Amino acid sequence: MNPRRKKRLTIVTSLIIGLGVVAGLVLYALSQNIDLFYKPSEIYNGKEDTGLKAIDGQRLRIGGLVVPGSVHRNSETLHVSFKLADMRMPISFSESDPTVTVTYDGILPDLFREGQGIVANGILVDGSTIKASEVLAKHDENYMPKELADDMGKKHEKPTY
Amino acid sequence: MQFDSISAFIDMGGYGFYVWLSYGVSIFSLALLIFTSISSHKKIKLQITQRIKREEKLRQAAKLQQAQTSNDNSHNI
Amino acid sequence: MMWKWLHPYANPETSYHFAGKILPWCARLAFAFLTIGITWALLFAPADYQQGDTFRIFYIHVPAAMLSMGIYLGMAIAALSGLVWQLKLADASAAAMAPIGATFTFIALITGSAWGKPMWGTWWIWDARLTSELILLFLYLGVMALHNAFDDKALAGKAAGILALVGVINLPIIKYSVEWWNTLHQGATVSKLGQPSMTADMFWPFLVCFIGFAFLVTALICLRFRTEILNRNSMRPWVRELVTTEVKTHAV
Repeated sequence: MNPRRKKRLTIVTSLIIGLGVVAGLVLYALSQNIDLFYKPSEIYNGKEDTGLKAIDGQRLRIGGLVVPGSVHRNSETLHVSFKLADMRMPISFSESDPTVTVTYDGILPDLFREGQGIVANGILVDGSTIKASEVLAKHDENYMPKELADDMGKKHEKPTY
Repeated sequence: MQFDSISAFIDMGGYGFYVWLSYGVSIFSLALLIFTSISSHKKIKLQITQRIKREEKLRQAAKLQQAQTSNDNSHNI
Repeated sequence: MMWKWLHPYANPETSYHFAGKILPWCARLAFAFLTIGITWALLFAPADYQQGDTFRIFYIHVPAAMLSMGIYLGMAIAALSGLVWQLKLADASAAAMAPIGATFTFIALITGSAWGKPMWGTWWIWDARLTSELILLFLYLGVMALHNAFDDKALAGKAAGILALVGVINLPIIKYSVEWWNTLHQGATVSKLGQPSMTADMFWPFLVCFIGFAFLVTALICLRFRTEILNRNSMRPWVRELVTTEVKTHAV
């Protein structure tokens, strides 16, 4: 084979292999995200579509709204615990909502607030408690200047516990 | 104006690192893209000019040789 | 009718001069809009009530992300016309667009990362929106590699064109990923129908920045398109004449 053709073949093959690997990785990552993603109510009732329940010690990802008033922080360590309720638009809470407790040792993202959507990765320890190894904040697509938010009575102070 | 002082502007409410990282990387990559686009345009023109010159030289050399051989030929006769 | 009108632009020489004519105007407009837009974004736009000044990253991140997809669409259309009608100029314009699109995709990814770290709490997550945008970067790099892999430009254009067309499937995935999957990335702010989800004093600087970036993209496409034309027609008499006269005028 002449060198030019060889070079061309290497480039095309590596390109196809690269794209294949990327596509595989993506499908893997997305299926992981979808399979292991639970809402707080799904921890009790099993997944909505498959009815699959999470078992203790299972690695999972949970997404929901931080229940206002449920955030407790240890003043000496970084240990923090809070309750999560199902994400609902527009944001609202009721006493009867099923909630799960999340415990976490680490620095919370700056967007972490009560009533804010979050996603946590962790292990289910006992039925309704999740020991999180990572807590990520989710925000919505609305942006607003501070003054306007103040006028509308939006709570936006960074937590100081 | 949203900032009271230059230091407040640089600090970006405590997020200076992230904001300036974003703007810095963006400006740098765009500058690099503009620079490489201009230089490749110049390079291709230079390559074409050089080839024209080379061809010109070859043609002149050929002409010279032809003239010489025809001279030699006439001498022989 | 249309073909009659389009016909002169299928001529490399006419296209070269046409691109050369609009290039300086696009460059000037890009400079003006970007100077105003970036100053506005950094100094005068209000900070977000929750995200504070990190919101200023929006003014680069969102235009870059939108343009990364727009340029890909343009490149795919060019690739399609190159494959179907064997237009050499269409291949040249597709080759001109790929590195520009790749740069904007890179910017969208980096600025998104630098925004995600303080707000979400992570530089990167394998979420559908982020992953599909990363694939867009790989598609651009693949198209660029194929354009450069072959000495025969017609063959290179064909190979790169097929990849570019296959990759179009990624565009709706990027656009709708935030609706189809449970992503950490939030939904669309400015590109959805109806009101953008932000106030006017936040939206106007975005629009100015976006127009500025769009002009910059057009100027860069013109410049790289001219280079591609010269590269593909370097043996033609008009190119020789053009280059020699330019060298003479520069010398004088």
